[in-house]
Formats: sequence, structure tokens, C-alpha cells
Amino acid sequence: MSEYLVEFNNISKFFGKVIALKDVTMKLKKGEIMCLLGDNGAGKSTLIKTLAGVHKPDEGEIIIEGNKTIFDSPKDALDMGIATVYQDLALVSLMSVTRNFFMGREPMKGPPFLKTFDIEKANKIAAERMGQIGIDVRDPSQAVGTMSGGERQCLAISRAIYFGAKVLILDEPTSALGVHQASVVLKYIVKAASQGLAVILITHNVHHAYPVGSSFTVLNRGKSLGTYEKKDISREKLLSMMAGGEELNKLEVELQEMNRTS
Amino acid sequence: MSVKSKSIENKNNFNHDERLKKVSGLKLLLNRPELGALGGAILVFIFFGIVAGDTGMFSAYGILNFLDVSANLGIIAIAAAVLMIGGEFDLSIGSMIGFAGICIAIPAIYFGWPLWLSIIFAFAMAVLVGYFNGILVVKTGLPSFIVTLAMLFILRGATLAITRLITGRTQVPGLRVLIENDPLAWIFATDTFKWLFTWLGSMNLIALRTDGTPLATGIPPSVIWFIFLAILSTWILMKTRYGNWIFASGGDRNGAKNVGVPVGRVKISLFIGTAVAATIFATIQVLDAGSADTMRGTLKELEAIAAAVVGGCLLTGGYGSAIGAAFGALIFGTVSMGIFYTDVDTDWFKVFLGAMMLIAVIFNNYIRRKVTESK
Repeated sequence: MSEYLVEFNNISKFFGKVIALKDVTMKLKKGEIMCLLGDNGAGKSTLIKTLAGVHKPDEGEIIIEGNKTIFDSPKDALDMGIATVYQDLALVSLMSVTRNFFMGREPMKGPPFLKTFDIEKANKIAAERMGQIGIDVRDPSQAVGTMSGGERQCLAISRAIYFGAKVLILDEPTSALGVHQASVVLKYIVKAASQGLAVILITHNVHHAYPVGSSFTVLNRGKSLGTYEKKDISREKLLSMMAGGEELNKLEVELQEMNRTS
Repeated sequence: MSVKSKSIENKNNFNHDERLKKVSGLKLLLNRPELGALGGAILVFIFFGIVAGDTGMFSAYGILNFLDVSANLGIIAIAAAVLMIGGEFDLSIGSMIGFAGICIAIPAIYFGWPLWLSIIFAFAMAVLVGYFNGILVVKTGLPSFIVTLAMLFILRGATLAITRLITGRTQVPGLRVLIENDPLAWIFATDTFKWLFTWLGSMNLIALRTDGTPLATGIPPSVIWFIFLAILSTWILMKTRYGNWIFASGGDRNGAKNVGVPVGRVKISLFIGTAVAATIFATIQVLDAGSADTMRGTLKELEAIAAAVVGGCLLTGGYGSAIGAAFGALIFGTVSMGIFYTDVDTDWFKVFLGAMMLIAVIFNNYIRRKVTESK
């Protein structure tokens, strides 16, 4: 068996004449957090959708636990344990925590043809799972709309893990969050990885990525600028790779500003 | 019901967050979608209790009278509410009532079909119309408001045209004689608990006719259907997987799709639900009146939506309750009948209906903000 949980080898994706991705390679072991960095338009979204089974890669191969795989649909990817949490989180704010947690995959009880949604069990599991990540859902029947952005993100991640994710693809999980909320989410991501999941964290915020990532892949204009172990690259180097050298100075000022407020 | 379980869950709190204010029982009650309609119904009864308490309104006959009107509206209001929770509208309910009526009457009178077969035919047509509405909305992605508005005109026009073509008139009478001994019609045409009313009459507890039989003979079938549908819909919404899918489809279509909820199928089935409810309404009325009228059900779709909104349904979907819609229908039915017992001119009923709906929408909007706001 391969030492990697999942390998994406030389993935390319073309939309007509446009080369959206070219020869992107990423390999993840269990417990690893790979941060996928890139500015807007670098091809992050295309890459996620290719990994999640929305797009089929035009070139390259996806290998999961040593077996070459082709995803025909997002459901295929999900069945193989590759779960993607998109920015919209797929949560319904008017529905309760429990009803969201089990949306589409409700636990059932009762005799055949009269099966009912086992809401007590669902409430218990949802509260338990959220409790494990330190989010005290006072009342699992409260609406998700009353939760903070970070809590919602954690709920979406927790849901993906509960339903058997082995590889977790997180699309900008911290982009809409305040500093404190972001740190709560990042802490949870680290915890999830330490339990044996492989995490691909997509972000354009190096300051969020650097503390939690074990390796970093930088995308620029559809191409990978390489994958680096944490020990081989500094935060500053990552930043300059991402933004392009000439914009760095301007960016740095802004980032310092952000750091001060944090 | 779930208000109670909610407060229990709250008490057995796992590990209490000190930042959380104590939530009073009243506040929890406020989070229920049907609260407004429940309060409204209580106010309406208090009002008529004072204004019309000594009239015949609250006699057995009077009560059954306004219950019957409420129940008829309630049957379609509940289906409209469940569809609204699923995120869609059906404006063709009223036209479907007229259409279903002639689907029963014309085959039974003009083609010589047995009544039960005509009734089954009407329900089959309802499933077809509902399916067509649903598939159009789901496949085209057009707002259901527009699609079903078109269906409102198409169905009403077809009802009128077909009836005139076949019968030369716009009404089809003569059904009453067919009801007796029909194996199916009794489900829509039998007063129940007759023994109770006979007994109450014999004890002189309720008003009697001159021949000694009670004035109110039994619970009308509409009331039984109304209660049955209210319980069934509430059970589906609160206790089944399908119910969760209805809330999810209406709350966030894409989100629901992304986690594997078959949103399209859910919505289509809900459109079938409103068309079938319209047909239940039509069957009860046609058998009660003994005739079908092409204009039956006109504007009923708007009353049904009004009752659903008063019952706490959001126009944007994802929130509401079947019980709320039932109370909404009870309010409208009670006022529309009760107004006859007061000195108020009945012309004012529509004013009341509009004002009630406006208040409900403002109230619901406030509740929605409460529910969705982040802390």
C-alpha cells in the first residue's frame, strides 16, 4: 500500500483553449494538513472542483490508498471518503443544528414503511459531536442562524467527518471570519488532522495557513509553484511566492495592519 | 407539543454557557412559527365570545357552521403551507378546485361512470396537474409564482370550455342521487358522530328541529379531513426524513442539493400535494352541494396562502408549520361566519382578512430576523 492516503498526480484541466490547471501534483499522508495557497484566479476553485469530482481532470490521475480512481460525480468522491466543505457550507440557517447536521442523511427508527426520523438520537449525536470540538450547543434544536460564523464552519466540518470523510477539502474556511473565530476553526482543523484525516486547506491567507499547515502548495495561474514542507519555507517566502514580488511591500503593510488588530 | 420538548431539552443542558441569558418559556414559545396564529385565534374567540356570545354562534349548530368553513379552507391551507415551507407557491389551487369538480361531475352524469370511478379520475388528474406544475418549476427554474399563475388561467379556462362543450352549461347538477351506496363517496360525504348529536338532542342540550331531530346532525366530513390532514402534515414535517427534506429544500435549495437531498423530487411531490388537497376540497363540496360549478374555488388559492402566512409560513420558504396554517384557517373561517352574528356589515370581512395578513407578515419577518441573526 502506498504511503500516501491520497495522491493527485499531474492533474490538468482545460476549458476550451483556457488552461485552468497544468500538471498540479499533491500528495497527502494521514494526519497531514496541506495548505493550497494562491491569489484570486490562480485556479484554486477549479482544482477543488476537480478533486471533489465536479470536474473530471483532462490529464493526470487520482490515487486513493494506492488505487487509481476516477470520479464520475461529487457523490463518487464522497463515497471514497473525499468530502468537500464549500464556502456556502450547505447549511440552512432557519433549520436547527440537528436537522442541519443530518440533512439528507437522517437516522431512522421504527418498522419498515413507518420509519421516522429519530430526532432524539440525532439531537444526542449532534450535541455530542459539537461538544467534542468545544462548541456548546445549548440546545440542538436551536436554529443554525443563531450560531456564529466559526461555529457554523465547525458544524459543517464536523458533519463531514461524522459521515466518514478521510480527506477533507476545505474551501476558504476562515475567509469570512474574525480573528478569534478563525483561530477556533483552525484549532479544530488541526485536531481533525491529528485524528488521522488528511486535510487540504484552501486559502489565500498565509497567516492562517502557516501556523497549521504541514506542507504548502502554491498555485499561480493554473500551475503549481511547488510543494514545500514547513521546515523548508518561511512565511515571508510563501507570501512573496503567492503575491508576486512587486506587490509584496504593499501587502506587507496591510498584513501588519491586520496583525496589529488581531 | 414541541414547545414542551424544547423547554425540557433546555433544562437538561449539557454544559451551560455562562454567556447565555436564561431563556424564558415565553421566549421559546415566541420561536414557534404557529404562535401568531394561535394567539390570533384566541383573540378572535374572545372577541366573538363578548360580541356574539348570546347569539347562536356558539350553539352546536353555529360552531359546526364556522368549523365547516374553517375546515374547508384549512384543507387547502395546510397543503399550501407545506408547499411554502418547501419554498414554492401554488396559485392554481382555486382553479384546480373547479377543475376537479367537473372531473367528478361530467363523467358521473354524462358518461355514466360510477361515482367512485369519477372521484378516482379526479384525483388522478390532480396528481397529473401537480406533477406538471412541479416538473415545470423544477426543470425551468422559473419562479413557481409565474408557472402556477399560468396554470391558474389554463385550468380555469379549460374547466369552463370543456364543461360548456360537453354540457352546454357552466354547472353540472344531479350528483346527489349517486352518493347513496357508492363505495367511495361516503368518505367525502358522511357526517360523523351522529349518535353523539342524537344523544345531546335527546338530553335537550342542543337545539332541536320541530320534528325532534337535532339541528346539528353530526361532524361534517370537511372537519374530519381537516384534522386528519393537520395531524398527518405535522407528523411528516416534524417526524420524518421527508419532512426534514421539505425544510431543507425551502431553506436553501443548493445547500440541500449538496448534501444529497433530492430537492426536485421533494418539490414535485409538494405540488402534487396541493393539487390533491384542492381535489379533496372539491370532492367534499361537490358531493355536499350535489353539483359542480366551473367557478368553484375562485380566489381560494389566495385565501389558502393568506392562512398559511398568518400561520407563520415565510414567503421565502424553509420555515412554518401545518398547525399554524390550520389556526390561520380557523381564524378566517370563524370571522367570516362570526361576522353574521354581529352588527358589523359583512363587507368588512375582506378588510379584516387583508389587515390580518399584513400584521402576520410583519410579525413573521421580525421572527425570521430573530431566528437567523448571529449572536
